[in-house]
Amino acid sequence: MQIGVPCEVEPGENRVATTPAVVGDLIKLGYSVVVEQGAGAAASFNDDDYRAAGAAVEPDTRALWSGSDIILKVRAPARHPDLGLDESELLTAGKILVSFIWPAQNEALVSRLADRGVTVCAMDSVPRISRAQKLDALSSMSNVAGYRAVIEAAGHFGRFFTGQVTAAGKVPPAKVLVIGAGVAGLAAIGAAGSLGAVVRAFDTRPEVKEQVESMGAEFLEVDMEEEASGTGGYAKEMSKEFIEAEMALFQQQAEEVDIIITTALIPGKPAPKLITTPMVESMKPGSVVVDLAAEQGGNCELTEPGEVVVRHGVTIIGYTDLVSRLAAQSSQLYATNLRHLLSELTPEKDGKANVDMEDEVIRGLTVVKDGEITWPPPPPKLSAQPKPAAKPAPAKPAEAETGKRGAWGSLVLLAVGAAAILALGSVAPPAFMKHFTVFILAIFVGYQVIWSVTSALHTPLMSVTNAISSIVILGALLQVGSGSGLVVAMAAIAILITSINMFGGFLVTQRMLKMFRK
Amino acid sequence: MDQGIITAAYIVAAVLFIFSLGGLSHQETARRGNLFGIAGMAIAVGATILGDRVDNHILVIALMVPGAVIGAVVATRVQMTQMPQLVAMMHSFVGLAAVLIGYGSYVDPGAAYTGVEKTIHDVEIYLGILIGAVTFTGSIAAFGKLQAILNPAPLLLPGRHLMNLAGGIACIFLGYLFLGAESTMGGLLPLILMTVIALLFGLHMVMAIGGADMPVVISMLNSYSGWAAAAAGFMLSNDLLIVTGALVGSSGAILSYIMCRAMNRNFVSVILGGFGSTGVSASDSEAGEAQSITAEETAELLSDASEVVITPGYGMAVAHAQHAVSQITELLRGKGIKVRFGIHPVAGRMPGHMNVLLAEAKVPYDIVLEMDEINDDFENTDAVLVIGANDTVNPAANDDPGSPIAGMPILEVHKARNVIVLKRSMASGYAGVDNPLFYRDNTRMLFGDAKASVEDILAALR
Repeated sequence: MQIGVPCEVEPGENRVATTPAVVGDLIKLGYSVVVEQGAGAAASFNDDDYRAAGAAVEPDTRALWSGSDIILKVRAPARHPDLGLDESELLTAGKILVSFIWPAQNEALVSRLADRGVTVCAMDSVPRISRAQKLDALSSMSNVAGYRAVIEAAGHFGRFFTGQVTAAGKVPPAKVLVIGAGVAGLAAIGAAGSLGAVVRAFDTRPEVKEQVESMGAEFLEVDMEEEASGTGGYAKEMSKEFIEAEMALFQQQAEEVDIIITTALIPGKPAPKLITTPMVESMKPGSVVVDLAAEQGGNCELTEPGEVVVRHGVTIIGYTDLVSRLAAQSSQLYATNLRHLLSELTPEKDGKANVDMEDEVIRGLTVVKDGEITWPPPPPKLSAQPKPAAKPAPAKPAEAETGKRGAWGSLVLLAVGAAAILALGSVAPPAFMKHFTVFILAIFVGYQVIWSVTSALHTPLMSVTNAISSIVILGALLQVGSGSGLVVAMAAIAILITSINMFGGFLVTQRMLKMFRK
Repeated sequence: MDQGIITAAYIVAAVLFIFSLGGLSHQETARRGNLFGIAGMAIAVGATILGDRVDNHILVIALMVPGAVIGAVVATRVQMTQMPQLVAMMHSFVGLAAVLIGYGSYVDPGAAYTGVEKTIHDVEIYLGILIGAVTFTGSIAAFGKLQAILNPAPLLLPGRHLMNLAGGIACIFLGYLFLGAESTMGGLLPLILMTVIALLFGLHMVMAIGGADMPVVISMLNSYSGWAAAAAGFMLSNDLLIVTGALVGSSGAILSYIMCRAMNRNFVSVILGGFGSTGVSASDSEAGEAQSITAEETAELLSDASEVVITPGYGMAVAHAQHAVSQITELLRGKGIKVRFGIHPVAGRMPGHMNVLLAEAKVPYDIVLEMDEINDDFENTDAVLVIGANDTVNPAANDDPGSPIAGMPILEVHKARNVIVLKRSMASGYAGVDNPLFYRDNTRMLFGDAKASVEDILAALR
């Protein structure tokens, strides 16, 4: 199959969906790669580099779209300025489009794509589970955006970030407040910290405290209990009381800090307004606000998306293209995410993409499958940051793996088992059947109990079951009173060795378990 | 004591045993679980001794007290690295006890059964002795292999499958003779012959299984000892024995299943043995040069890392290196480096072996992770320390369909930025498979005894 990488048509978009370094990997997966002439130019990848990596360079846009089975893009399809039509019209049935889509905001686009009969993989809809991290383009882009936000802030801020004591006097360090400690927030914390600033961060999700502190920042807390983690590791909307307490905290911080970087987003909703006009007014002149949520309306009331404005002496940066301003880096990361996606789609490495809807990751990011809208996907099975309580139960592999074929097999097995028990019941005396009932039930109890044992405890489990199995001593105890000398002798040996087993087994288990410590 | 009270005591004991196994699901409740087990056992044994069917109290005490002393001494003296041997040894006791009880029950003149009841009772005895005998010699063979008294390599006699088959048929035929016997004495001969065959079969079965499959063998014998106890329960019409035996039996069976799955092997093929003898992979061996590293360089690499994962294997147990490993962990954690352990389900010689050793060395259990928990994180790991593990980190299992271990889930250490393999030499692991990991660009070999190497790293870190 052929992979086509067209030029991005959005004005100001400098990224490209593949880089020369990644082209080689795509070819190894069995694909041929065609790049539109000049596609990488804005990100400093020239056509010759693509050629050297094994890709063909196609000057004609239409030929590129019609000849490729898989289209890799950065931005969602939009109106093409030179051709005078929408890019989605260049797609024909059976093709696969991989790009950012934002299906929640762009329902019209999704249904337009569905009408074309194509399959669409939305890189913004990668499920947030650990297996999918390598294709999580949002994280890669957020990382770039967080870094760039600090660089932009530094460019507009009139002082050093780092504190210094010089012959010309003492320079205080800049104080930076980062709101929202997602990937972008953490990247901003890291970048600001390494420039020498004093960094504080706030997030509604208490579990990120550790991550914030691991980056060397101070974690600000609202004195209030509320659980804020939605599914998939994103934040959810908070109660009114919480927001009031939060705003009071921001007001107080605004008076203190020099730079505020906001990254608060709630999936599928406009960005929450966190920095109000009075807060901006109370900031010191020369301060900087970088609003990473500008595209979704902005976290700051005074943000003008796409612009840098000065209001009340404070520079408010509302760029919506921060990642594009670091195009070489973001292209490289995005291209690598796409490569990981393609290797998931091509397990056989035979150059044939297989959109396997049984795979949780692929299911999650596929928003249109052969013209059928498949968005939104079923909720992810596990959270991105599983809490101890939410740990996946050890799956019962026998059931999970066998599937349909196994179902028949187990049915037959069940029937045979039932027949065998019936046959046994027809000849055996009732006393035996009573014991047999107990036996079968105990097996099932054992089965249920043992599956939940954590693998770290398998050795103690074995030694405790071994100790427990010395219950056979009861048999020997009952026989030791027998009249026959031979029976007594045998029972005596049995009692001796099972006692060794019993005491030794329990003691050694206890000794082992004592060692496990948190 | 009244029979009703004894039965009540048995019910309590059975419930306590279930609680005991349930308690072992988590570290926090595990010790309580063991105490439940002890309580259950004390109640069951106490009620039985005080019951009117046991009158030989002096003899019982004279036997149990030395047994308890021996057991206690063994339990306190045994080293944690020798746990698999100890467990194997103890399984053999249960097997032998089941055989003795079976014979006792057969020749006991007190018991008189007729008709179908006699047949069923005889079948129970026959099966009980059969399972007990297999468990007995099988466990002894496993003990011998683990203790290195016997050669750990699989013993492959010519025509071994035929021999097993013949033994099985002989057992069925002898069982037919046994059930048809007119008198107790007449039945004794087939019973003894069958016992001999079963003893040989148990020995032969385990002898044919290689060292790397020991976790499966141990859990399988664990299961057998449970079934033997259950069979004894049927013989004696004792529900407590049946319940306990069934619990232990299904527990061992599940563990064997888990172990087999961890090696991507079929249970039957493990039992039939001979793994690792089928020769080298068909693919041409990874021609390449392994690059070595010194302990000092390793220490430097570890100090510069921000995420370190340690994957121990049987080699760490053999060298008793767990304490030094634990100290390295503590030092690195003190420097703010994130250190975690990745444990393959079949690392070591019995299920959970590595966890016990690390616990002994006081490694906190919340940084000891299972294979599935840690595999996705190797890509972001700066350095992996492979200590005495080989087959469980062999990328050929993923990449080379011709490899004998193809499809076995592995710890994907090769995805980390740096891999340091502590190893005595370039010899292959138990599976006898060459390991392409050693030749990778991001792999460095630190040759030498695992304990000495780990201690050198520790010294360099200080």
